[in-house]
Amino acid sequence: MAKVLMKGNEAIAEAAIRSGCRHYFGYPITPQTEIAAYMAKRMPKIGGTFLQAESEISAINMVYGVASAGLRAMTSSSSPGVSLKQEGISYLVGCDLPALIVNVQRGGPGLGGIQPSQSDYFQATKGGGHGDYHLIVLAPASVQEMADLTAKAFDLADKYRMPAMLLADGTIGQMMEPVELPEDMSGPKYDKPWAVRGTENKREHNIINSLYLVPEQLEVKNFERYKKYAEVEKNEALCEEYMTEDADVCVVAFGIAARVSKNAIDAARAKGIKAGLIRPITLWPFPSENIAKMADRVKGFISVELSMGQMIEDIRLAESCKKPVKLCNRVGGMIPSPEEVLKAIEDMEGGAF
Amino acid sequence: MAVVFSKPKALTDVPLHYCPGCTHGIIHRLVAEAIDDLGILGKTVGIAPVGCAVMAYDYFSCDMVEAAHGRAPAVATGLKRAMPDRIIFTYQGDGDLASIGMAETVHAATRNENITVIFVNNAIYGMTGGQMAPTSLPGQVTQTSPYGRDVKTVGYPIKVCELLSALDAPEYIERVAVNSVKNVLNAKRAIKKAFQNQIDGKGFSLIEVVSSCPTNWGMTPQKALDWVESDMIPYYPLGVYRDKSAKGAE
Amino acid sequence: MYTQILIAGFGGQGVLFAGKVLAYKGLTEEKQISWLPSYGPEMRGGTANCSVIVSDTPVGSPIVSVPDILIVMNLPSLDKYESAVTKGGCVFVDSTLIGRKVERTDITAHYIPATKMARELGIPTLANMIMIGKVIKETGVVSMDGLRDALAKTVSAKHQDLIDANLKAIEAGFNYAE
Repeated sequence: MAKVLMKGNEAIAEAAIRSGCRHYFGYPITPQTEIAAYMAKRMPKIGGTFLQAESEISAINMVYGVASAGLRAMTSSSSPGVSLKQEGISYLVGCDLPALIVNVQRGGPGLGGIQPSQSDYFQATKGGGHGDYHLIVLAPASVQEMADLTAKAFDLADKYRMPAMLLADGTIGQMMEPVELPEDMSGPKYDKPWAVRGTENKREHNIINSLYLVPEQLEVKNFERYKKYAEVEKNEALCEEYMTEDADVCVVAFGIAARVSKNAIDAARAKGIKAGLIRPITLWPFPSENIAKMADRVKGFISVELSMGQMIEDIRLAESCKKPVKLCNRVGGMIPSPEEVLKAIEDMEGGAF
Repeated sequence: MAVVFSKPKALTDVPLHYCPGCTHGIIHRLVAEAIDDLGILGKTVGIAPVGCAVMAYDYFSCDMVEAAHGRAPAVATGLKRAMPDRIIFTYQGDGDLASIGMAETVHAATRNENITVIFVNNAIYGMTGGQMAPTSLPGQVTQTSPYGRDVKTVGYPIKVCELLSALDAPEYIERVAVNSVKNVLNAKRAIKKAFQNQIDGKGFSLIEVVSSCPTNWGMTPQKALDWVESDMIPYYPLGVYRDKSAKGAE
Repeated sequence: MYTQILIAGFGGQGVLFAGKVLAYKGLTEEKQISWLPSYGPEMRGGTANCSVIVSDTPVGSPIVSVPDILIVMNLPSLDKYESAVTKGGCVFVDSTLIGRKVERTDITAHYIPATKMARELGIPTLANMIMIGKVIKETGVVSMDGLRDALAKTVSAKHQDLIDANLKAIEAGFNYAE
């Protein structure tokens, strides 16, 4: 299979199409607009839907409509737009509907900036909208992963009947790298007997609904959903480990921060410092076990984030505060340099916690 | 023995929860009769709003989706785009359609989305206990306009049919009422036409049904129907506001 | 080999495109590649830069903060990035648009009157490609063989007629003697 150069955002769009998604709804916002532009070009040619919605709110509700019919649908946006989608995401969860939401993050809060950020980590992994819930959250660190994790997100969403989010950032969205795209990325097929496609007068009517006025019933729904989440946590946590076998210092970073951290770890190794990296690929479920195992062996952890320190809380939970966890971060669209990460590694190696 | 009256197939056996004298029941029945008459029950998907009709998903026997407040036209858009051969309708109240969901309404209309919208205008938020609606009349006393709707501070009611008729796209827009036998029969015709238009692929059809809310208006059912005639209809004139396919239309 | 390239200039000078040509050429040579543009609200004018990494090993961070090769097409870019170049690295300066010389002595500077040459060759928009030609000549980061294929992939479908002009510009830069 020939490798082609693609922007990360374009790779998401093409992978979604190859995953069988024929319905895309979005609203323009930097730095993810290439996804919409790509869909606008491709969808009409393959009998799919590209629709520029009147708002992010409408876009996510159009996704809700398609998902109700049991078909693959997606929307994409960047941080401020994803905030607007939270209502719809909560409803998707409440109705146990699969769908894909892409967030190519930019700096916030408010209108913020348009440069890369990872400051929507809490929003993505802890629920985001109202009610008790999680999304499956995947964090690509390369253009290839933008494609591969798009397909995986659709698959996991269908498998567990829940929305999935691709949590990318402006850098991975805008950069070009070689990427290989299999012709068919659609994965296993799932029966969707719950979908509303018309009864054909052959069955009782299906109802897609998140309203439960009887508290006992709503409680049961929540318990059931969290049983499902436990399954997801057991089966789907995913991370990459880089030079962790003998590491004294463990860097934890995802997305663009992990790319930068790898450079720093190479530089540290060149200086004789045993540094390693755990790169969560799923942010929810969080690869807690990998972190916990490292906790017995390392001097400490460094959470490298493009936020004021959000994932760091999950690291501390995962390692039960056995070892110090230090934050190495830049925000507002700034990205930590390999030198900054290297300095943090050297400080920890030298005993400065 | 000849059957002279029966429940439409498009309604389930679930008893309606609506208040005595509420006209939602009549409108549900008219929608169900239209679905039955057109033989489309098996391929229809309905969308319930947030508001008094929130549990419409239990009452219609077609496949149903419950939408977030105001979002029904966007949900309908998704469903229709995904399944162009299905019949998709929304059933929405005035707060849902003309307040929180105004953007969704206007844009579905301007896309001439091939869906059917049943818009129930009773000039009040019923489910939450009688607050001012975007369609509450000037001077109308509600829980959140206790001294009467003051147009100087909260503005005038929104006339949805007139507003949407300013758009080039929509296929069919009509306002009807259900306060008399004559008006009910006319509403039945209009609702059926709104579904027929979708079957024929003509596009966005909206039927505004001027309705009553005796409970929150603080009136007896009969008095409420009289108020529809004396106060509502003069402000919201009945009639066809848009019929693109009519002879002589552009 | 792990070569980090930073190309900077005004928006509209084809800075991003120049980076893409190197990236596509690297791809056809089966190198590891990354290409990262600066992105901002302005479409024309303003400053633009892009980071390109051409490597035999997997690319780490795609952000080039310490370039081995710096290509600058306006004065603000030279002012901003001269100090960032790695010791022993190269700077390529469009000397039509940049009046001053490189101040550092631990890096190699090349001066190409690319904008003037492009004008004289009747291809005034292709100063960027003249710069790329010189970069290929001096650094060998990619080779000249098979450039046409790489250009065919870089140039959009509706501008395929411009491939010859691009090749002409790259060759002019490659053959330019300082």
